[in-house]
Amino acid sequence: MNMPVRKGEALSIASSATPAEILRLNVAKPSFLQTRVLPALGTFAARTLPPLVMLVLILTVWQILCMKPGATLPAPSKIWTEAYDLIVDPFFVAGPQDIGLGWRVLTSLQRVAIGYGFAGLVGILLGTIIGQSVWAMRGLDPIFQVLRTISPLAWLPISLAAFRDSQPSAIFVIFITSVWPIIINTAVGIRNIPQDYRNVAAVLRLNHLEFFWKVMIPSAAPYIFTGLRIGIGLSWLAIVAAEMLTGGVGIGFFIWDAWNSSRLPDIVVALIYIGLVGFILDRIVAGIAVIVTRGTAAN
Amino acid sequence: MTSYLKIDHVDKSFHRGSRETEVLKDVSLSIESGEYVSIIGHSGCGKSTLLNIVAGLLPVTRGAVLLQNQEVNEPGPDRAVVFQNHSLLPWLTVYQNVKLAVDKVFASTRSRQERHDWTMHNLELVQMAHAKDKRPAEISGGMKQRVGLARALAMEPKVLLLDEPFGALDALTRAHLQDSVMAIHQKLGNTVLMITHDVDEAVLLSDRIVMMTNGPAARIGEVLEVPLARPRRRLELAANATYLKCRQRVLEFLYERHSFVEAA
Repeated sequence: MNMPVRKGEALSIASSATPAEILRLNVAKPSFLQTRVLPALGTFAARTLPPLVMLVLILTVWQILCMKPGATLPAPSKIWTEAYDLIVDPFFVAGPQDIGLGWRVLTSLQRVAIGYGFAGLVGILLGTIIGQSVWAMRGLDPIFQVLRTISPLAWLPISLAAFRDSQPSAIFVIFITSVWPIIINTAVGIRNIPQDYRNVAAVLRLNHLEFFWKVMIPSAAPYIFTGLRIGIGLSWLAIVAAEMLTGGVGIGFFIWDAWNSSRLPDIVVALIYIGLVGFILDRIVAGIAVIVTRGTAAN
Repeated sequence: MTSYLKIDHVDKSFHRGSRETEVLKDVSLSIESGEYVSIIGHSGCGKSTLLNIVAGLLPVTRGAVLLQNQEVNEPGPDRAVVFQNHSLLPWLTVYQNVKLAVDKVFASTRSRQERHDWTMHNLELVQMAHAKDKRPAEISGGMKQRVGLARALAMEPKVLLLDEPFGALDALTRAHLQDSVMAIHQKLGNTVLMITHDVDEAVLLSDRIVMMTNGPAARIGEVLEVPLARPRRRLELAANATYLKCRQRVLEFLYERHSFVEAA
């Protein structure tokens, strides 16, 4: 050990007022594996392991509860064997009514896309008007507050009577379900545009269209996306219910059909599909929101 | 003789239901081209209201504001405002914030390249060209105010309106920015109307200081000429007799004759 000697050297250097020597410790440089790969794997495991463990636990309990003879609901093992083709291949086509769940989900998604697209367009425009004009708000807000509490399915008979066809009716139900949160959140966002931004726009003499695109939409974007996110969740809820009643192709009708032919395992698989697709839809809208509103929230 | 900017017997009152609050009473002021005029007064005396009236953001109740003999009653880029809290659009970069103004004001008169050059020229003028791709959230308060100033200057306004532009800044940043504003005023010869509540700032920057009485129904109490030669240097002025005398006059007005009365 040569520590005492070094200490003495350092002292003598300091006293003679020459630039101090920097002592370096020789530490082995950590490899790429140690600095990057292992921590990344660690975070990944910390994120994915807990839900996996919980999933296994739930499936085990479910299996135990539904294994005994006379159980009313199918156990996971039974679902796996009986609905095997539905689980492993979402995109098979075996006949006009015997197709994979992937196709059915896509049909439902198509309806949602049209209905939700209209809802987004109409919702943002109406919300902007209500947010801008005190009189439009006073006139329309109470009506909207009443209409938005009506269940999606309650609209179905009305829209069936109006359109006389199941396809546009289902789309209308999606629209009418998801439009309210978009309108209301957009209106709040527009009302909350700081007076400063309005002053800037006034000094620059931005016209209505420029003000809409360059100030209103970016400023209200966080609110608008809150509405859009609630809206996509609601439309996915509504489409399943609407399809159960209108029939045709679609994930909702599939559940109803499976119930009528007592194929409980198929229903469980469909439920998992619906849950996963709903989750993905929500993530997509949330992801777009993060990209679009970047820089808007901070001031 | 008519002056460049004329505030002519302006009254302003606000209505809330049946209650009427008189904010400004018979305010008249003439400003010549290239002049730097400060308005000073206690908070709540209506000095910001007066600036907003000149900007066209608020309508007058009686009287008029004339700019080159044209009545002013709506906002426009000929009276660019630097707002107290910068008011940059947070979703645009520094460059885009200034470019928005340049594109709007010179849409038909200048080419794309000229508008880009003019935007960069004004950012360089306030020494912010290095941060052109940053967003307002990523730069300091003083830098934001510089960009706000660049945006206003880029409109080539006939009158530059500054609404307590240094109010939210710390003392050192404020001094630095005041020097920049003085240098720019020296170089471009803008007509400036500035609101402030800082006596030193008013004396250092202005050719004339307009002192407002306390509200309600505030009016112009006194106008003080500041006969100091330009360019002014803050260190040399610290012991200058004229500077100290002007400073004293303003302080006397604000704290002796019209000391601030807390509103009930």
